[in-house]
Amino acid sequence: MSLTIDHITAGYGRKTVLRDVSIKNIQGGTFVGLIGPNASGKSTLFKTLAGLIKPSTGRICIDDQDITTLGRKERARRVAYMPQAFGCNALLTVFESVLLALKQTNGWRVYDDNLDRVAQALHALGLSHLSDRGISDLSGGQAQMVAVAQTLVREPEVILLDEPTSALDLHHQLSVMTSVRAEAQRRQPVVMAALHDLNLAAKFCDRLVLLRNGEILADGAPEKILALSEIGETYRVQTSLEFTQSGDLYVDARLAS
Amino acid sequence: MRQAYSKQVLKRYTMIGVVLVLLLLSFFLDVATGPGKYPLSTVFDVFTDPLSHGVRLKVIVWDYRLPVAVTAVLVGALLAVAGAQMQTILNNPLAEPFTLGVSAAASFGASLAIVLGVSVVPAVGPLLVTVNAFAFALLTCGFILFATRLKGVGSETMILFGIAIFFTFSALLSLMQYMASEDQIARIVFWMMGSLSRASWEKISLGTILLAFAIPFSLYRTWPMTALRMGEATAESMGVDVGRLRVEMLICVSLLAATAVSFVGTVGFVGLVGPHIARLLVGEDQRFFVPLSALVGALVLSLTSLISKSITPGIIYPIGIITALIGVPVFISIILSTRREKLS
Repeated sequence: MSLTIDHITAGYGRKTVLRDVSIKNIQGGTFVGLIGPNASGKSTLFKTLAGLIKPSTGRICIDDQDITTLGRKERARRVAYMPQAFGCNALLTVFESVLLALKQTNGWRVYDDNLDRVAQALHALGLSHLSDRGISDLSGGQAQMVAVAQTLVREPEVILLDEPTSALDLHHQLSVMTSVRAEAQRRQPVVMAALHDLNLAAKFCDRLVLLRNGEILADGAPEKILALSEIGETYRVQTSLEFTQSGDLYVDARLAS
Repeated sequence: MRQAYSKQVLKRYTMIGVVLVLLLLSFFLDVATGPGKYPLSTVFDVFTDPLSHGVRLKVIVWDYRLPVAVTAVLVGALLAVAGAQMQTILNNPLAEPFTLGVSAAASFGASLAIVLGVSVVPAVGPLLVTVNAFAFALLTCGFILFATRLKGVGSETMILFGIAIFFTFSALLSLMQYMASEDQIARIVFWMMGSLSRASWEKISLGTILLAFAIPFSLYRTWPMTALRMGEATAESMGVDVGRLRVEMLICVSLLAATAVSFVGTVGFVGLVGPHIARLLVGEDQRFFVPLSALVGALVLSLTSLISKSITPGIIYPIGIITALIGVPVFISIILSTRREKLS
């Protein structure tokens, strides 16, 4: 399975946000990090891929099928998107909230298999102990991990995570990214995550796409992308790339003088 | 985890069963209570064999008390389901059919019929007041639907329109009262207080058909509606067409609310308390929440009917007054004493 984004232009009403965006041939099992400063178009790209925004031009293909023509439900079955907003005041337990994510595209009745999948998703993210807790009683970080579980449980072909670690402490950042990466390797979906932490992106992603002002600036392996001078220009910082003792990439950033 | 969830589901079915039993009990007590009080066994006899205790009792039970008791159950269920859905689509726990100004519009429609004898639907004969109330309630919903489609379907926009409509029709209602004779003012006020005495088998049939349509209509959309409680952005990301869902449910809610209010007048409290109690008992999984809201709403109005006949023997007080006087303090105490921990 592969995902191809082919010359997409999209936005809100008359305001164009994405201009001629193409990301070719993302193979199943690849973890793609979408990086770029605020308002560079990362969320808009995810919404366009998820079918929440209709592109004015271009195609989005899973293998050879253009998914922009699919109905909303079928699209949601194949592409799961986790928006930045999470947490709510609903009187639902964590288990129920993950189950309802599964049931949107999975028939009306609840089967044993559905319950197993929910239990597995919660277990994979270390959320089993919160299963009976009310969703409105969770901390911001816990709610964010539940949102990740709601996305993974659907077992789609494409997983889109919009800043999945923004509310998490260091332990949980690593835990969520490890779980997502394991999911990518286990089931081989395409995973794309918008990330602000370049070191996290370097550690977990197979491929990085740098976005600025709605255009793709660079696309490639982390060591190649993070070494580009465009990184510093885009974020308006000075960066240098190093390798840690354990062989991981490390981006050292400081404010440009 | 799975076992805990299954246990929770079982608990919720049990809760629905308990409320159903209470509703049946209240219903039979409602039929047995009145100026003449009959034992429950006699009421059961007349149910199974109408002439078992003579023609007089058959007329009292079947022609007078049963329509009132059934209307209480039906209208309670209609208002509560409408309230439950409205709270979900507007993401506002204080929303109910009347938030959109449906009640005010219906009251104006009724007053138009009472004061000027004007009917918006020709040749309806004695149903003039009811039909006018229904038409105006529905017209209001249609207007809101149209307006929100123009502006983009947002919950805040809907509430703002509701408030604007409420004040507009309240002003028009005052104008009607200003123009009305003393007798007409008395009729308008009585209509607005809400009364089950306008019950009839024709209205019951219509209400039952609507409810029989609304419950499956709502149940079919339970998963998207539950997702909506997670927030608009999350629901959309799960593949829910939020705009379309809102419009569909608003049409359903409009029919239910317009029917209920045209049957009995203004009974504002049930649409709020039914869903709230249901929510506290079973949470917001709409598979349980919607049916239990209907049952609790029916139970509340059935008990109200019972109380309205029991305070002063021989006098039936308007239900709108009873629901406000007794129901609201009960409702507040429920909110204050029940915490979210009850969920699990």
